[in-house]
Amino acid sequence: MLINRKYIPIVVTVTLFLLMFIMGSIRYTGFFSLQVIYNLLIDNAFLLIVAVGMSFVIISGGIDLSVGAVIALTTMISASLVEEAGWPPYIVIPLVLLIGATLGTGMGAIIHYFKVQPFIVTLAGMFLARGLCYVISIQTITITNPFYTTMAQFKVKLFGTGFVSISVLIALVVVAIAIYLAHYTSFGRNVYAIGGSEQSSLLMGLPVAKTKILVYTLSGFCSALAGVVFTFYMLSGYGLHAVGLELDTIAAVVIGGTLLSGGVGYIFGTFFGVMIQGIIQTIISFEGTLSSWWTKIVIGLLLCMFILLQKFLSAKQAIFKT
Amino acid sequence: MKLIYKHHLFWPAAILIALLLFNFIYSPDFFSIVVRNGKLYGSLIDILNFGAPLMLVSIGMTLVIATKGIDLSVGSVVAISGALSCLIVSQAENQNSISVVLTAMGAALLLSIGLGLWNGLLVAKAGIQPIIATLILMVAGRGIAQLITSGQIITVNSDAYAFIGTKALLSLPVSIFVVALVLIIALIFTRKSAMGLFIESVGSNPEASRLAGIRSTIVILLVYICCGLCAGIAGLLVSSNVSSADGNNAGLWYELDAILAVVIGGTSLNGGRFYLMGTILGALIIQTLTTTIYMIGIPPEITLVVKACVVLIVCLIQSESFRRVLIQRWRTRHYPAEREVPKHVN
Repeated sequence: MLINRKYIPIVVTVTLFLLMFIMGSIRYTGFFSLQVIYNLLIDNAFLLIVAVGMSFVIISGGIDLSVGAVIALTTMISASLVEEAGWPPYIVIPLVLLIGATLGTGMGAIIHYFKVQPFIVTLAGMFLARGLCYVISIQTITITNPFYTTMAQFKVKLFGTGFVSISVLIALVVVAIAIYLAHYTSFGRNVYAIGGSEQSSLLMGLPVAKTKILVYTLSGFCSALAGVVFTFYMLSGYGLHAVGLELDTIAAVVIGGTLLSGGVGYIFGTFFGVMIQGIIQTIISFEGTLSSWWTKIVIGLLLCMFILLQKFLSAKQAIFKT
Repeated sequence: MKLIYKHHLFWPAAILIALLLFNFIYSPDFFSIVVRNGKLYGSLIDILNFGAPLMLVSIGMTLVIATKGIDLSVGSVVAISGALSCLIVSQAENQNSISVVLTAMGAALLLSIGLGLWNGLLVAKAGIQPIIATLILMVAGRGIAQLITSGQIITVNSDAYAFIGTKALLSLPVSIFVVALVLIIALIFTRKSAMGLFIESVGSNPEASRLAGIRSTIVILLVYICCGLCAGIAGLLVSSNVSSADGNNAGLWYELDAILAVVIGGTSLNGGRFYLMGTILGALIIQTLTTTIYMIGIPPEITLVVKACVVLIVCLIQSESFRRVLIQRWRTRHYPAEREVPKHVN
């Protein structure tokens, strides 16, 4: 076989992305430019960060539905502390990151020690985080703090005339660290092992409890970081920010070739999963006549296609095994 | 006494009664029901009326969860069904004509059945995990609903269409009769025919059931179709109640509320056992809780926090390891040998 079977979903994803980009470039004038790609990154930086955290959770065989709500909670806490309590950003940002990580740890501990399904625990976490947003305020809090506005407007010049925002740099650093974590540390190996078979990992003496809780902590941390980036992007705190983001994130991770049953997946693929979602939105906005709801339908179709592809591939694998 | 205590409906019923009692103590006219224009009004009637769509969705969800599945797409199906029927009614020349309204509702229900079938096929035939399989329709469904309504809120001006959502029959809201009808059909279907047993056996072990001669595929297909249909009827109720369809917000969070209602009702998420009456009580508890929170003047936003705590507590009680930890706490004094040796950290 030309390509290893485990790389097929990722190859499909990258090819699909390139095809979409080429199609867009042929069809629309002004599509073929570096800035279009930079804009993809600028608009999806927060999604990328969340998706990285989610990839770890899904690779470990779990799921985290609380990510969108944690983002909203982060924007809300940042906005209210900075604007209403007048705290300086350099205290607020570490604080919200800590809150996100703690929420993740709590959920991870309940999932592991009480053996409740991750789906339900993180669902409760999602209710809790959204509810807490409303406890803080039901209104939008606009941020006028100079630090946040500078971060929002700052443009990092790249090759030629292109530019990206600070958020993109943060997101790319997160991706780089995540790739290192997943493939070059024992933590990453443990995550893959647990996703493959928790029972076997336990018998092999791997630190299952520690790893599982850490995975959810990481996801909580990534959500909070994405929340900070989202605050730069929206410059406001609101309880309805990022509604439904958990589904976009799961879709991005799956389109990126991560197996939902756990054990298989690449951060690199997740990156392209996010980019594909972004490019669908870009194409729809370039087309002009199509409305935004087509994004959801197309993403749903892609999700379906990739899940069936995964099913097909793993079914084939099973036949080979026997 | 022990019989009552051990009955599976004891806890849900106790919680509901406690909530109602609390309301009664807080505001003594909570139970008062007045007759106005031949229609009953009162908080209890409101709870039943506004809780009707949730009860319907939860009935379908109970059957799905009984087969160890889950259906995340119900909220989207609610939106789609309401959108389609409102679209057909709004485009008719005479919006009040009964035949137009019936056609619209029929089409919406057919579509809901189709959507349920799609979920069922993905789960039963393609063998995809239920959470993932129904996630597809949950994501795409909102888009489809907005496609049908062209992103607008469709309003209809039809008394005939508003009948099931707002009018009264025998001085009770029509929606209550709709729920009662669906519940009775579901009860007969599952408790008076072999179907209920089939569902439970597929839920405990699909492979063993198949070997025992039950057509697991058909059973799973059927429960997802039922769930789609129930969500479709709920969609009709929701849109009829406000005489409009909103592709974006109709049925938002229904999937979560429905799962919560089912879990509170005592149905385990691990499948194999289900209690329809428990689910109904669960849905009523959620609706009463919402009403209570509105009534005592806590900002309604906190409902979500309360719900989060309820979900967690209920799930922890259902979790075997949690109970074992609790029991161990009590027993340690008598049986110290049972304690686990703490693990050495590195």
